Amino acid sequence: MMVKTIFAGFGGQGVLMMGYSLAHGAMSAGYNVTFLPAYGAEVRGGTANCTVAVSDDEIASPIASEPDNIVVLNTPSLYTFQNRVAFGGALFLNSSIIAVESSRHDVRIFKIPSSEMAEKLGNPRTANTVMMGAFLKMTGLVPPDIYLSSMETVMGSKKKSVIEINHKAFAAGYEFLKMAE
Amino acid sequence: MNKVLMQGNKIIGEAAIRAGCLFYAGYPITPQNELPEYMAENLRKVEGGVFIQSESEIAAIHMVAGASAAGARSMTSSSSPGISLKQEGISSLAACELPAVIVNMMRGGPGLGNICPAQGDYFQATRGGGHGDYRVIVLGPDSAQELADLTMDAFDLADEYRTPVMILADGMMGQMMEPVIFKEPKPRVYPESFAMTGAGTGKSKIIRGLILDPLEMEEHNWKLHRKYQVIAQRETRHELYKTDDAELILVAYGTGARIAKGAIKRLREAGLRVGLFRPISLWPFPTNELRDLAKRTENFLVFEMSTGQMVEDVRLALQGRARIGFHGRPGGVVPTPVELANVVMRQYDRKEGIIDPVT
Repeated sequence: MMVKTIFAGFGGQGVLMMGYSLAHGAMSAGYNVTFLPAYGAEVRGGTANCTVAVSDDEIASPIASEPDNIVVLNTPSLYTFQNRVAFGGALFLNSSIIAVESSRHDVRIFKIPSSEMAEKLGNPRTANTVMMGAFLKMTGLVPPDIYLSSMETVMGSKKKSVIEINHKAFAAGYEFLKMAE
Repeated sequence: MNKVLMQGNKIIGEAAIRAGCLFYAGYPITPQNELPEYMAENLRKVEGGVFIQSESEIAAIHMVAGASAAGARSMTSSSSPGISLKQEGISSLAACELPAVIVNMMRGGPGLGNICPAQGDYFQATRGGGHGDYRVIVLGPDSAQELADLTMDAFDLADEYRTPVMILADGMMGQMMEPVIFKEPKPRVYPESFAMTGAGTGKSKIIRGLILDPLEMEEHNWKLHRKYQVIAQRETRHELYKTDDAELILVAYGTGARIAKGAIKRLREAGLRVGLFRPISLWPFPTNELRDLAKRTENFLVFEMSTGQMVEDVRLALQGRARIGFHGRPGGVVPTPVELANVVMRQYDRKEGIIDPVT
């Protein structure tokens, strides 16, 4: 098994955090992982992205020319990456911000109003964690308990209240797609 | 031992500190900035540890020479254009027989080039790089684990042979996060008598690279040469990957070798018997080990993220015993395993030599 996912959005939306926490979770679940951030010359307010590969075999290239999944938090990222997703792959959209439709009809599309959901929970900065809940619900890549403990590790010395609200945000994302099924 | 998820640049920093590195000097350049950043934060927590962001790359390498002369395990790092600037100092380290570890996270060149992963500095690294008759031990890691292990080994080799050692990786190895387990470093073996620790009652110590008498300089050259011969005999490292039944053998190192392994997986699924010879020590190049493989197959394909540099060492090793093909992507392009697999498929059944025909 080999699953590659690209996470993308505005700088500051927690895009790298999504990839880092997933990679850590998958490592804790016993998989081989690679995490590759885009480190090119980027413009302020532009897009950030990273690629995570999860496999039970050796990972050759950490780059995804044809990712199985993409998780996009803003419209420019959708335009940049939607045509890369493999046939039959999955596209996770932050529908609070992305008002346009994807041009792909051969992939599964999941729309999650993650920014609004995060705001309702009391912290708009947890939109990325809402997306992770939805993402792991549909992909089953890492068991939620393992992921959440990795998320805590990755957050390190963050305040307890921050950890708690991220737990809530994850649960909200996880439950959201359950209801949508 | 705990498995941790860390970025390549930081892995080198952590491995160096664990190996007892006490001095780091460097000047910022992408894609290796996280290494000095890590040293800045963590070396100061080590007793006696010193971090300096120097005014230039040239200053950094000479600071390393000074710290090394004083007996400290010392390191500097940079990326391609910055490594060019350090060459004068590396030549000096070799002449003065000072141990040091130099990290090159290669990027696209020549000139300032770009900041993407590339392998265009192979010639510079393995042929000495600076002026004069000297060699540098060059190690080419292809995973997070090897970044850690080879960094520790680099310090040991530098001490053992009193010579600069280079870790030659690229922007992708530096930026990528992968799980790693830090091994227990070996205790340092380095006679105190080599270090300049102040005027005592003993004999005065002189460390110099300026030897004006040509006969004396010649003898120094031969001395260095004998040392390099010992290194060449004893310190080659390589990995064989699925070569036992291989009809075609790929030769690649570092990031290129990872891509090759991905290609081999696909090719084997398609029924093609392809293997990989991966040099881990780039100098000394595992010449005899590669030559042995020519008894098994006559079909080799070198893959590099350059226009072809290591391919020359492969030709020297195989000496007309085999057909050698080449595929290169220079300038910061990282090709996919699928692309390389397609190239191999076209060359799998080839009977004519592309570079060295069998005579």
